[in-house]
Amino acid sequence: MSNASSLSLALRIWRQRHDEPAGRFLTYRLTGLSPDLSLLEALDRLNQQLLLEGERPVHFEHDCREGICGSCGFLVNGQAQGPQSGSTVCQLYLREFSDGQTLTLEPWRARAFPLIQDLAVDRSSLDRVLMAGGYVSVNIGSAPEANALPVGRELAAQAFEAASCIGCGACVAACPNASASLFVAAKLAHLDLLPQGQPEAAQRSRRLRERMAQEGFGVCGNQLECAAACPKEIPSALISRMNRHARS
Amino acid sequence: MRLDPRLPSGPVAEAWSRRRQELPLIAPANRRHYRVLVVGSGLAGASAAASLAEQGYRVRLLTYHDSPRRAHSVAAQGGINAARNYQNDGDSVERLFRDTVRGGDFRAREAGCHRLAEISGSIIDHCVALGVPFAREYGGTLSNRSFGGSQVSRTFYARGQTGQQLLYGVVQALLRQVEAGRVELCPQRDLLDLITVDGVARGAICRHRLSGSLETHTAHAVVLASGGYSNVFHRSTNAVRSNASAIWRAHRRGALLANPCFTQIHPTCIPSGDPDQSKLTLMSESLRNDGRVWLPRRAGDQRPPDQVPEAERDYFLERLYPAYGNMVPRDVASRRSRELCLSGHGVGPTGRSIYLDFDEAIRRQGRSVIEGRYGNLFSMYERITGSDPYREPMRIYPAPHYTMGGLWVDYHLMSTVPGLFVLGEANFSEHGANRLGASALMQGLADGLFIAPATVPAWLADQPHPKLGEDHPSCREALEGVRRRIAHLRSIGGRQPAEVLRRQLGTLLIESCGISRSAAGLRQGIEGVAALREGFQQELLLPDPGTPLDPELEKALQLEDYLELADLMLRDALSREESCGAHFREEHQSENGEALRRDDDFCHIAAWEWRAEGEPLRHQEPLSFRAIHPTARSYR
Repeated sequence: MSNASSLSLALRIWRQRHDEPAGRFLTYRLTGLSPDLSLLEALDRLNQQLLLEGERPVHFEHDCREGICGSCGFLVNGQAQGPQSGSTVCQLYLREFSDGQTLTLEPWRARAFPLIQDLAVDRSSLDRVLMAGGYVSVNIGSAPEANALPVGRELAAQAFEAASCIGCGACVAACPNASASLFVAAKLAHLDLLPQGQPEAAQRSRRLRERMAQEGFGVCGNQLECAAACPKEIPSALISRMNRHARS
Repeated sequence: MRLDPRLPSGPVAEAWSRRRQELPLIAPANRRHYRVLVVGSGLAGASAAASLAEQGYRVRLLTYHDSPRRAHSVAAQGGINAARNYQNDGDSVERLFRDTVRGGDFRAREAGCHRLAEISGSIIDHCVALGVPFAREYGGTLSNRSFGGSQVSRTFYARGQTGQQLLYGVVQALLRQVEAGRVELCPQRDLLDLITVDGVARGAICRHRLSGSLETHTAHAVVLASGGYSNVFHRSTNAVRSNASAIWRAHRRGALLANPCFTQIHPTCIPSGDPDQSKLTLMSESLRNDGRVWLPRRAGDQRPPDQVPEAERDYFLERLYPAYGNMVPRDVASRRSRELCLSGHGVGPTGRSIYLDFDEAIRRQGRSVIEGRYGNLFSMYERITGSDPYREPMRIYPAPHYTMGGLWVDYHLMSTVPGLFVLGEANFSEHGANRLGASALMQGLADGLFIAPATVPAWLADQPHPKLGEDHPSCREALEGVRRRIAHLRSIGGRQPAEVLRRQLGTLLIESCGISRSAAGLRQGIEGVAALREGFQQELLLPDPGTPLDPELEKALQLEDYLELADLMLRDALSREESCGAHFREEHQSENGEALRRDDDFCHIAAWEWRAEGEPLRHQEPLSFRAIHPTARSYR
């Protein structure tokens, strides 16, 4: 962690155009960075420089810049969403790094996440997994009065925590098998824990797990790297829960 | 042009149910012959697409995101209002209606506000059914809290992530329809023009962000739910890619833009630390329930907050507004904060921030209670600033956050371009001159879940439904126009990246058309924007990157639209010679600095017409208040 008022960093970044079969690392040096900048803001500054020098800017996904939309994410020194636990790369501030440090930035690598360009990958496979049944099948207009069905405070809190997954894909990137088990387990827990989701629980579990395999995600090997990388700190116990229910 | 808002006659309380009885219907078997194009996948867009698809219409949804789950509704924190009176504290549909009309400072339509209050309860019912994990009491019933500008507890919430949970609820409903083949999901698309045939909306031209190809999408009706335009300012709380291009392109095709100067500045944002900071992060104003806002009494006091004794602190909102205290509406809190910072009382490295202090709340209620309520907000604050708010007060400052203005719509949410419906923040509707906290999520979902699903089919029922081919002259004309526009931007060959020019515009606009506005400042702003527009046409740097992915092109296209929109905002602010809601004109204030509305001359909606040549035209839709008599807002 840096207390310096201004930092220099070397960014070693994976560059690969959408139509190139292979990429390479290029190193860029940035000086005079405020420790109050986020890593993405440092990339903004780099891109501005590249543009003025006639180079192609680094492509990366981003949007809300407050850690909730789930758009951003890449490997920072080998860690999905970077070294700080419980945060996305847009919430990673330069004060976490030391002056003169080299940061290696590379895209997530998983069969289900084909490369788009540079640091961006295509994660639409996650949406296709949800399409298989990650919802309560209720049509608009047919809901009972909201307080008709009480839900215990603890249960609602647990469902909320599972539902706080932002679908960024860091769990897949961190997993040696590129499994989406944590993502799927979180959605199953969110909906199964609530009485509204229970009628479809068994079918939902089967369909989501089938679709996960179809989309090219691997199987869980219990290494639990997913939970360590998750910016929302979704617990790996949800995977155990999913597997327990799948057997019963 | 005569604006017909198509308001129901008779008593306002039964207006919506009366109107629904009159709307024509389409038989289930015929619905699949109609295609609706929805633009945007936030609360309004995703819920409208899901609702229409459930009814049997064929829907195509366009979003610039890679996934509909990423739309900026996801970042809304505090909650969603509904008049359920679960807390037995005197709430009712009537009271939410009155609060909305008063909160908007009598610049919204009564009928629309009443409909919103009526629908609010059903939204909660439906979201609970979809599996939205709202906060609960120990007995299992839904929990509520009170929110800025309200004296009852009617806000439903899911910790500090209510928008995220509501969005996931409706996006999951949407994905269910995608799986069923009733919605075609088209991610990674930027809307660049609206297609009209004989003045009727029939589709859109989009650019695919990954392939770079231009696409023609045709439909029988178009629903815009593309959000607000706060990013025209430098550093708003919006997602950095949120933009105004969809509404601006519709405006240029004939949709009037209403009250563009009504923009909300949110008081509780994390202040800027560095010039390269890309945005300001908002923290829910629910924090003001327990946090106390203060500044040192003495201007220029440099002491750290824990060394300023109690007697030397000015809890200025509590002092000025004893009835509401720290819970005064957003515009009042923002204006007072700015005034005190300008007079030298501000704190922090730039002198542009105020304290929000939880010390008293933590001592009174215990740290665990405060942590339970705001834990995620506190850790977000600490992550961004490196300072622990359990130990020292937060520093906050106002930032542009929400735009009440937007495309003009009638009671059916249809714009002045027939067949073009506008939902959520993209329209101007029910928030008047100022939106109350926790009302944006309510309006987005009311529009998407219940209003558009009734009024869009009513429009379709009255239309013949010939299919529009992509080779129709109107489609070809729109596509060619977009092609020419992109080629022109490429040909400018200047030296300034779009981001540099955008900051110049955004800084000028926050200074001239921000929390406080004056005729002289607005006139200077108009001149400044004209110079920037000229500069853009000469200085823009937009090289061909050699790959179809081109974020710089996206920024340049957005900036060109912002430059025109900014001019209109300034003109609207200049012509509205009164202070109302979030629009504060320095010429129109009372002796103690409160806003002075001028109902005799300005009790109307200003709706602007774009013209290819000459200045834009200002039209008026008069507002009449029958259920509530307009009074001056008072939070003292």
